[in-house]
This record gives sequence, C-alpha cells and structure tokens, in this order.
Amino acid sequence: MEIFTQQVVSGLATGGIYASVALALVMIYQATDVVNFAQGEMAMFATYICWSMLNAGLPYWGAFLATLGFAFIGGVVIERVVIRPVENAPILSIVIVTLGLLVICNSVAGWIWTYVQKPFPSPFPSKPFKVSLGAGETIIGAHDIGQIGITLFVLLCIYLFFRFTPLGLAMRAAAQNPVSSRLCGIRVGWMLALGWGLAAVFGAVAGMMVAPSLTLEPNLMGGVQIYAFAAATLGGFTSPGGAVLGGFIVGVVENLVGTYVSFIGTELKFTVALAMIIVVLLVKPSGLFGSTVVKRV
Amino acid sequence: MTRTRKLLIAVLAVGLAGLIPALAAQTVVGVTATEIKIGNTNPYSGPASAYGTIGKVIGAYFKKVNDEGGINGRKINYITYDDGYSPPKTVEMVRKLVEQDQVAFVFQTLGTPTNSAIHKYVNQEKVPHLFVATGATKWNDPKNFPWTMGFQPNYQTEGRVYAAHVLKNHPDAKVGILYQNDDYGKDYLKGFEDGLGEAAKKMIVLKQSHEVTDPTIDSQIVNLKNSGATVFFNITIPKFAVQAIKKSHDIGWKPVHYLNNVSSSLATVLKPAGLEASRGLITALYMKEVTDPQWKNDKGFQDWVAFMKKYYPEGALDDQANGYGYNVAILVAHTLRQCGNDLSRENIIRQAANLKNVELPLLLPGIKVNTSPTDHAPIEQEQLARFDGERWVTFGELFDAFRKQ
Amino acid sequence: MTSRLARHAGLLAVVALACMLPFVLSNFRLFQFTQVYIYAIAILGLNMLTGYNGQFSLGHGAFYAVGAYVSAIMMDRWHVPYGWTIPVAGVICLVVGFLFGLPALRLEGLYLALATFSLALAVPQILKYFEHWTGGSQGIVLSKPKAPLGLPLSPDQWLYFLTLAVLVILFWLGANLLRGRVGRAIVAIRDNHISAEAMGINSALYKSLVFGVSAAYTGVAGALSASVIAFVAPDSFNVFLSITLLIGSVIGGLASISGAIFGAFFIQFVPNWAQDISKAAPWAIFGVFLIVFMYVMPFGIAGAVGRIWIRMTRSRVLQAGRDPAPAHHAHTTT
Repeated sequence: MEIFTQQVVSGLATGGIYASVALALVMIYQATDVVNFAQGEMAMFATYICWSMLNAGLPYWGAFLATLGFAFIGGVVIERVVIRPVENAPILSIVIVTLGLLVICNSVAGWIWTYVQKPFPSPFPSKPFKVSLGAGETIIGAHDIGQIGITLFVLLCIYLFFRFTPLGLAMRAAAQNPVSSRLCGIRVGWMLALGWGLAAVFGAVAGMMVAPSLTLEPNLMGGVQIYAFAAATLGGFTSPGGAVLGGFIVGVVENLVGTYVSFIGTELKFTVALAMIIVVLLVKPSGLFGSTVVKRV
Repeated sequence: MTRTRKLLIAVLAVGLAGLIPALAAQTVVGVTATEIKIGNTNPYSGPASAYGTIGKVIGAYFKKVNDEGGINGRKINYITYDDGYSPPKTVEMVRKLVEQDQVAFVFQTLGTPTNSAIHKYVNQEKVPHLFVATGATKWNDPKNFPWTMGFQPNYQTEGRVYAAHVLKNHPDAKVGILYQNDDYGKDYLKGFEDGLGEAAKKMIVLKQSHEVTDPTIDSQIVNLKNSGATVFFNITIPKFAVQAIKKSHDIGWKPVHYLNNVSSSLATVLKPAGLEASRGLITALYMKEVTDPQWKNDKGFQDWVAFMKKYYPEGALDDQANGYGYNVAILVAHTLRQCGNDLSRENIIRQAANLKNVELPLLLPGIKVNTSPTDHAPIEQEQLARFDGERWVTFGELFDAFRKQ
Repeated sequence: MTSRLARHAGLLAVVALACMLPFVLSNFRLFQFTQVYIYAIAILGLNMLTGYNGQFSLGHGAFYAVGAYVSAIMMDRWHVPYGWTIPVAGVICLVVGFLFGLPALRLEGLYLALATFSLALAVPQILKYFEHWTGGSQGIVLSKPKAPLGLPLSPDQWLYFLTLAVLVILFWLGANLLRGRVGRAIVAIRDNHISAEAMGINSALYKSLVFGVSAAYTGVAGALSASVIAFVAPDSFNVFLSITLLIGSVIGGLASISGAIFGAFFIQFVPNWAQDISKAAPWAIFGVFLIVFMYVMPFGIAGAVGRIWIRMTRSRVLQAGRDPAPAHHAHTTT
C-alpha cells in the first residue's frame, strides 16, 4: 500500500509540472486559437534570463518578478512582430512560423548559455516532508508542494481574470469572434498580443518552477511539452482547469501503469501517455472538461 | 602522316609525364605541403546537443596547434559538420567530408547509431575512422573493420568492473538497476549482467528503464527502493543522475550506489544533487574530473585551464566534455606527429594502431594509451573511486581490460 | 490544347535533364539528389492528405519509419531482394494508413494534429520495444544495392535512377488521381464536407482511402531510404522527421504536386546552407528562413510560382486585347 501512495504522490508532483506547462498552452489557444509550438522554448528562454539575473546576484523573488515582466513584453513583441504578418495566412503557415520560433529560441539559448546543464534554485526549502497516509510514510518534497500550489494559484488568477474582469471578457470575445468584437470597439490585434504576453508569463512561471527538478538546459522543455499536450488534450484545450487536472491525471496514471502493469513496465511509459491522448481524442475529442464547439454551417 | 603520328606520340608522352606526379599525389588525400585536412561530425543541434562542445573544443585546440607552427610544418584544416544525432544526416555529412572535402581521415564522430550508419562506408572507402566518440564495444574489431578505432573505455568493460566489485564485496546483495532505454544504457547493462554471470539472475531484483525524453525518474526510484535492493547501479546521464541521487536520499534509500562514468562530474551532478547525498557513491574513472579540487595544482589540469581561457573562452570550465575533447585532440596531434612525412591514409591508420604508452594530460595518473594492429581500443584502463563528500578518492588497483582478455 | 502539349513537353524535358545528372554530378551530389527525390515522394503523400484533403498530419514520420523498417527487416532477415521490399512496404503502409484513417474520421483540425503528433512521438519507443524484430536502438545495418545486370553504374547512380523512376511513376499516378474525379471529391471534402456529402460523396470512405494512399506514398519513400542510407535505427525516425516533412509540405506548397519537389529541395539543402552561414547557431538561421518564407510566400513556393505564372499569362491576354475589363479576368483565373 505504501508504494501505491508513494507513486500517487510522485505522480501528483510530476503531474504538477505537466499542469503548469499545459496551462500556458491552453491559455494561448484560448486567447488566439493558435497552438504555439514554441511555447516550451519561450518558457525555457525566460528561465535562462532569470538564471542570468540570479547569477548576477539578484535575490530570487526579485529576479522572478523581473523575469515575468520580460516574458510579458517578449510575448507581446513576438505576437506583434512575428505573428502579425501571417495572421491571415492558412493555419499551417502560422504553425510553421511557430516552429521557426521554436528552433530559433532553442538555438540561440544554446549559443548564449551553452548546453551544459545548470542547477536552478528553488524558492522552497529542500527538506522533504514525511506524511503518514495509511500504512507507512510517504515522502513528498517541499518544492513539489510549492510548485503545485503556485500552479493552482495561477489557475485561480486566470479564472478570475477571464470571468470577472472587462479585459478578460474582451480577450475571450476577440478570440471567439473577431469580427463582432471589432464592431464592439475591441482592439482585436492588441487583445491577441495581450494573450501571447500572458501566455508567455505563465510559461515563464512554469519554466521557473520546473527547472529546479529537471535542471536547466536548452532541451529542458522538450520532453515536458509532449506530456503537457497530453494533459491539455485530456482536460480539454478550452478549459484551463481541465488542463491542470489533466496534468495530474497523466502524471499519476503514468506512474501507476509503469509500476503495476508489468508488460508495459517502464519501457513503454511514454507510449502510455500518448495512447491516453489518442483514446481521449477518439472518445471525447474536446477533453473531459472542454466544451464542444459547434460550428454552424 | 608521320608528322601527325610524331605529334601524337609527343602529346601522349607529355600527358603521361604529367600524369605520374598526379598519380603520386593521388595517394595522399587531404594533404598538401602546407596543410592536413581532417573531418568530423558532431551533434551541434538536436537531442544530443550537449556534446556539441566537444567538436568546438577540438577546433580550438587545433587553432592552438596552428598558432604554434602546425605539425611537421603543416597547418591543420579542421572541418566539422552538424549531424543532429541523426544517422541519415551523419551518412550525408561523412560522405561530404570524404567525397567532396577530400579529408585525410574522419575522427571523433559521435554516437553509436550515427557511427553504425557510416561504419561500413568508411571501411569500404578505406578512410581512417579514428577515436570514435562512443563507448560501444563494436569499434574494436580490427579483423572486420580495420580502418575504425575506438577511444574511451567501452561501457561494457565499465559494467564488468562494477560487477566484479559487487561480487567481491557484496556477494549476497540484491541489485536494482536504472538504465536509459537506448544503446548507451543497454551496453552498460549487458556488461554488468555479463560480469555477474551466473549470479545475475539471483542478484538482480529489479530493472527500471527510462527514456531520455522523460521529465523525471522519481517513479522508478520509488519502485527500486520498494524492491528491497541494497545495491544500485545507476546508468543515467547527468540530468537524471541528479534526480536519482537526490530522490533516493529524500526517500531514505541508502543502497551501495554505483554511478556510471558519464555522470561523474562534481559540478553538474554531485553538487546539484547534494554533496552529502552523494557521499559513498562509487564510479570508475579514466579521466581527471575537471571540477574535482584535488587536481588544482596538477600541471595537466592547469595547462587545460590556460588553453580554455585563451582559445575557447566561451566554453564551460565545469563541463567534463571540454576536458574529454582536449584529450582527443592531443591524441590526434600526437598520431599525426608520429606519421612524420608520410600522411597517407594507410600510414595514418598504421600509426594510430601503433601507439605505445602515450600519456594525455587529463588522463588519471597511470592510465596510458596503447594500441596495436589487433587492439583498436586506445584506453582500456579504469580505476574505481569513491566520493567522500569533497572529491573522488581512487581506491583499489588499476583495472586493465586488455590484460584481462 | 497547346498549353497542355507545352506542359507535357516541359515535364519530359525536366525528366530528361534529371536522367542526365548521374553522368555530370559526383556520387555525393547524386546521393543528395536521391534523398531529395525520396523526400519528394514522402511529401507528396503528406500533401495529398493535408493539402488536398485537409486532414492535418503531424505524424507522417511514423509511416516513413514503417516503410523503412519493413524493407530493412525483409532484406536483413529473409534476404528478400530490395526491389520487392518497396511495393510490399507500400501495401503494408496503405493498410496501416487506412486503419489509422478510420478512427481519425472523428477528429478534425487541432485534434487530428495532436493524435498524429502522438503517433510520431511513440514510434521510437515502440521500435525499441520490439527489439527482436527491429534490432532495438542499435538498428539494422544493411548493404547498399549494386546495379543489376552488370550495368556500368555505381551504386549511387543506380539508386538515383531507381528512385527517379519510382518518383516519376508515383507522381504520374498521383497527378492522375488528384486531377480527376477522385481529386475533386477529395478537395470538395476539404472545402465543405457537408455539401460534399449532400452531393453524394462518401466522405468517410474517401477520407480513409486518402489516409491509406498518403501513408503508402510515404512508406515507399521510407523503404527507398532504407536502401539508400543502408541503415535504420529509431534515432532516424524521431518527431523531427515528421515536423521536417510538414515543413517541406507547407514551404513547397500544400495542395500542389510540384510543391512536393520544391519542399524536398528546401528541407534537404537549406539546413546545410544555414550551417555554412553560421556555425554558432545554424538552426536559428534555419528558423529565420522558415519565418521569412512564410511571410513572403504564405502559400508556399508552388503558390508563389503559380501567382507569378498567372500574372504573366494575364498580361499576355491583356496584350492580345481580348478583355477590356482585366479585374473581371483576375477573379476567374483565381
């Protein structure tokens, strides 16, 4: 029993990583209807900027907040400068542009900071907590708890923002119906830029939360992004809460399958996550909590 | 009629006379009176891009050699291409080096699948394929692939070293293994299992694998602890080794922990994982670990630091790969010097297979490079070392794979 | 009438030129061109599915891998001559693609892209799992085929001609398919599948068939690559391959046959040029290339070439003084 709870707890910790990256993904999809393949790389780049500041001697939370500022500006600038020229191009052309961004971010990060992995500090204490759940002790790291906490906090902020603020409403309108929104006086272009800026901020938060466990290197987000896609698919690309929950589910299921299903074992763990994506897409494409978009003919 | 015939003969004679030096020059590909062209592919992009710095530090070293006058009066023209760790790209780039750039030889091509893709080709084209950057065992096969040579102690040998130690010191142990699911991990695993021999089935209680794309391996560590293993063989790259050491410490699992050489760096693995948590780790070393304080006053180490500062300032001084590349470049330069003025491909491979007790500045004291026509593995000696909380302390005798054969 | 004759003559000239290359270029360049032809076949497969039929696939690398491994296993284990492995790989991929296309019917746009993306990601791990057949992460080493019947051709020249022949056949078949009734049905499904069904097109059948044919084309390309590279390993078929094929397809021009060739040239040579430009961050240069291309030619190279062609033929029409209202003409030509 003890190993079960430990695997579940580990799964929640890993799931927290997926959840925070999935949030940024869903955020940008909701705001702009585009899947940004460069999301992970932008987050990694922001994390490196934070690392440079920390290396220069700034205190953690100061560097953290400054990074969020840089990320926001970066996201807005990228949308206005890089994405705007292809706004009206076919969707795949925009995808190619985001792929180009991905490659540029990764390559430039490697060039500036080299490919040696760098330890990234955590704001949370390093001593793990021992919790008694049922039989025996279960161990969870303080950083893991802190990370989950921050992810849930960000989720709450997103929810409040979109639901209760006029700006959030304007952003939702701009994404769902740009033509009508323009008629209402909403500056659709700037709403999109704002969407990218916010998504970049959430990505940066995810990156800075994830880097302490995974060690900072240019390929930091490569593996995580796929799991984030799985989480977002499971929970629904139209539901931030769903994406977070999806992240936890993916983390826990992955661990339990790897431990208890011996013919899969750890050799096919990754495939399990991918199979989950495919099964969800076949059974309920909009995800557990997503809303089905009805297209009028 | 006779005049044209005389003209024809004269033209033929001149042509033949011109052909002879051309023919003579043909046998020395990539070499002129003033330069030697050498080729390399490295993963400067893609999943293995962390090793791209090796290709760069080698280039920096040859710049130093050229600044100091070159080798026997010839400058080194070092050409390196990115293969992104993709075998089809490696094939294309190596063909470019051999057929278009006409290099004298190819060396330090990195990765097992990438080298497998060009293995047959370089041997068919009779191009020296020196000091490949992989620990796989198959490069030391002079009978079937006489133009290929390995470099570092291969992974299977290292696995055997650990197995021998386990059998001697912990014969009743239960062994748990974590390995990366690719040829690197599987090669180590094979060596270890072969080294345990009959006892393997009894002693190994759990094997857990992971992919290089996995974010964490915490789940595998939990399973390993749960299996009751008292010995842990950790076959992971630095990124995951940190997690493994940290997590086992956090969950209170204290097995006898053998860490593979690839992840033995103080700065990139042991410090981030926690120096206390790393106490007692055992590894097999053949190089001086560049972040280990015990080498601070060692001449070889100081020379390396001075070289890095002058010729490769953007390279990290805590990256073992930069020390590794430095060693390789020095060995290549040594081999070329040994060739003297005969830089034909035949002689280059002949000299490479004739290295006797060559010392490299960043090899552990006592470890030397030795090759022969039947032994295409330059470095075959390793030394076990234990981490005492501050540095790697070597113990026991020097393990020599060649003698053991 | 004359324009069709001109087009056919033009195509024949291009093929004739291609046939002359082996006697002019070095073996290495031929090898690169052979790679281009292989990519072109794979990209045409992807174009059919994504360009003409509107089904996004980010996972075509999976079919390429299946084709390559089918060919490799047949050659390595059962010593089947390489020539036979190519159609077999094509047929197997046709079936696999069709089977994948059936559940994919339920998915659209982003969701289909995700499902295919997952497929592409799973391929390396699955290949490593079935070690007994695939050789695991070590891969399978193959021999490069020699020219048959004692023809005085080097292996590179022979493989070039073989690949060129397969390319011409498959492109001719594809053109006939896409320019005929089937092609119109496929495009109708893409543009408005409800109207298409109302007109009597069996959307489900066509969509699955296109998936199958598309997979078959890419599988044949993979099988050819097994012989040309003479080596298969999971590392050769990771997610970058699928992304590269997609890039080739979009850059070349979706919904275009010639676009496949333009795209293939792009993905083969531009990364090399990027390396020549900058050793420090070559992929950043490649990324810039990608972005600039999409700005300048959002409909791909074929799209841009088509526009230029229309503009040139339009001006000829104007010069003939036929239609005093050029704007009207512009609409109908588009």
